[in-house]
Amino acid sequence: MAALIKDGIDCDIHPSVPSLAALLPYLDDYWREMVTTRGIDEFNSILYPAASPLTCRADWRPAQGKPASTLELVRAQALDPFGSSIAIANCLYGVQLLFSEDMAAAFARAVNTWMAREWLDREPRLRASIIVPTQNVEMAVDEIEHWAADKRFVQVLLLVMGDHPLGRRQYWPIYAAAERHGLAIGIHAGSNYHNPPTPIGWPSFYTEDYAGQANAFQSQLTSLICEGVFSKFPALKVVLLESGFTWLPAHLWRLTKFWRGLRMEVPWVDRAPAEIVRSNVRLSLRPIDAPPERDDLLRLFDHLQSDELLLFSTDYPHWQFDGMDAMPTGIPDALVRKIMIDNPLATYARLGVTHPATQ
Amino acid sequence: MNVQTRPQDSAPLTARSAMAIADCDIHPVLPSIATLYPYMTKQWRDYLATYGTSLRQGHQSGVNPYPKAQPNAARRDSWPPGGGAPGTDLDFIRRQHLDAHNIVLGICNPLTPSGQGLLNPGLSAAMCHANNEWQLHSLVTPEPRLRASIVVPYEHPEAAVAEIRRYAGNPAFAQVLLLGRTADLMGKFAYRPIFRAAVEAGLPVAVHAFGYSGQPITGSGWPSFYIEEMVGHAQAAQAQLISMVMEGLFEELPDLRIIMVEAGFAWLPALAWRLDTAWEKLRDETPHLTMRPSDYIRRHVWLTTQPMEEPEPRAHLRDTMNWIGMDRLLFATDYPHWDFDDPTQSMPLNLTPEERHALFLGNALALYRQG
Repeated sequence: MAALIKDGIDCDIHPSVPSLAALLPYLDDYWREMVTTRGIDEFNSILYPAASPLTCRADWRPAQGKPASTLELVRAQALDPFGSSIAIANCLYGVQLLFSEDMAAAFARAVNTWMAREWLDREPRLRASIIVPTQNVEMAVDEIEHWAADKRFVQVLLLVMGDHPLGRRQYWPIYAAAERHGLAIGIHAGSNYHNPPTPIGWPSFYTEDYAGQANAFQSQLTSLICEGVFSKFPALKVVLLESGFTWLPAHLWRLTKFWRGLRMEVPWVDRAPAEIVRSNVRLSLRPIDAPPERDDLLRLFDHLQSDELLLFSTDYPHWQFDGMDAMPTGIPDALVRKIMIDNPLATYARLGVTHPATQ
Repeated sequence: MNVQTRPQDSAPLTARSAMAIADCDIHPVLPSIATLYPYMTKQWRDYLATYGTSLRQGHQSGVNPYPKAQPNAARRDSWPPGGGAPGTDLDFIRRQHLDAHNIVLGICNPLTPSGQGLLNPGLSAAMCHANNEWQLHSLVTPEPRLRASIVVPYEHPEAAVAEIRRYAGNPAFAQVLLLGRTADLMGKFAYRPIFRAAVEAGLPVAVHAFGYSGQPITGSGWPSFYIEEMVGHAQAAQAQLISMVMEGLFEELPDLRIIMVEAGFAWLPALAWRLDTAWEKLRDETPHLTMRPSDYIRRHVWLTTQPMEEPEPRAHLRDTMNWIGMDRLLFATDYPHWDFDDPTQSMPLNLTPEERHALFLGNALALYRQG
């Protein structure tokens, strides 16, 4: 493994809501009552079955309770051992899966308030993403506005699969709000499962769903670029989280080829897709869907044609590597520093204020 | 890709490429729907005339949701001088394509209105059969360089199996043809009889881009643009391959050969690595698999090259082709479509003579057991 450097920025960790009961103090009276009256159950997504090996690395699984559900666990397993100066908490709780937009808005607010009170207030190394009710774009924008003044929120979190492709114009008010407030848009693996998670239908196996998430990232990148999101919001940073990145070069080759042939259909796409990605899109390091040979992985880094695209992540507590091997072997020191510090700082406008490297 | 930037002269069409070529994706087109009538019963002719061909999408024509970039998605110069639509005139196909490019083996992949994927399974079976008879009598018999595909009504597996058995052993047919977007993932047991029948017949199964699954064409709903549909064939193809591997299709049928047609190829290595990475951690979920996903892919999957990927620098494409295996790539032009790959111009790498031979001819001859 390549040595990790001090004061790295971990761009994808997953503190978890221990249970719906933990959110009760942050719901209004009506929704608190509804939880008990209606017997509302947990909002856990099928993308992370509780006992699945991927959902939590074996040595990170607590004897009791959900993985990564207490600050003590997150400090002891993620923040301290990797020496992170900052870690961005992306809470994956299935608020986006709901069909009622009112309910989604209430629970998104509860998750964000819980995150602010129980994590950010207590641990200065943590930053977080704003969970938004994508079921209703106006409500999503309201949620962004509600937290925008709190600089510990550095990003708006969306799932890679929802009701519609993310480039669609109906979502643009979310991007306008993010750009206005210097928030990145984080797109994380996962679906609201309102559509089958593949272009063909529902898979039989969890392994298919998880592996297929990369295809959804490919489709969303196509959508964001072709709809002209980055022409309209040139300062917007989009970060693909738990997406894998080894698919990116080949995807851009194909997208570029068709853009050359079909740009009459999308005339607002005024730069080659790879150029747009270099200026506006970043990807988290983990998971690495790597070839078995180290030399092939280094070739893939060449294919990316930029040392600015990748952001360090452990994806804690998901099982993406063992021990401290967060950074693959053979990566030159200068690139390690870019991935762990410089690239995250350049991506998340709100981090620079407090990071040691910028003081 | 065929982007015409200046007017072409009317020089005679002659063989510009001395090398013999196999073209694994040619699209002859029915001159008219009536061409099928001699091969259909009156019941289905009447049904067709009254109710037409309805697919798992709302437009009767089957193409309007994402209008193509060119009329009939065709090269501007592919309209036969004697009239008719591109791909309908065998003589013109010979002159403009087979002779001009020294195509010694051409695989026919009939598309709409082939009858594949229709809502009405009986009509689908009747039209697919008629398409097969049309290929046999009007294309492959008069033109021995061409081979037909067994077009099957894949949403009616029983009828699809019957159709495969009907032509098994007939050297005019080189493969079984499916479209890339089926109503459910192809690895599922419902489709298994089709693949078993193909193996019994000793034929590879080609999965050609397009078709309608009835689901949104991304995992996140319907995109807006034709460019997204075109790029997205790669995601549909990946979903199908993931399903085939994980459902154990290749485990059950070790002799099955799959050809992914017109969905790109450069995405394959990253998909295989991703599947391996996930499977290594989750292998207790799929105990019916006895090899790594990438091993199945290496053993069972071929891909056609059109539309050719063109990275800068070009050397990156060589890495990718090496990762896939140069023996698994099949040259294809997609004639007469607008995104045609010209055999003399579309290969962006300097291949060795051995590699050129394999990619442009040898791999196809071996796969299709020709010569």
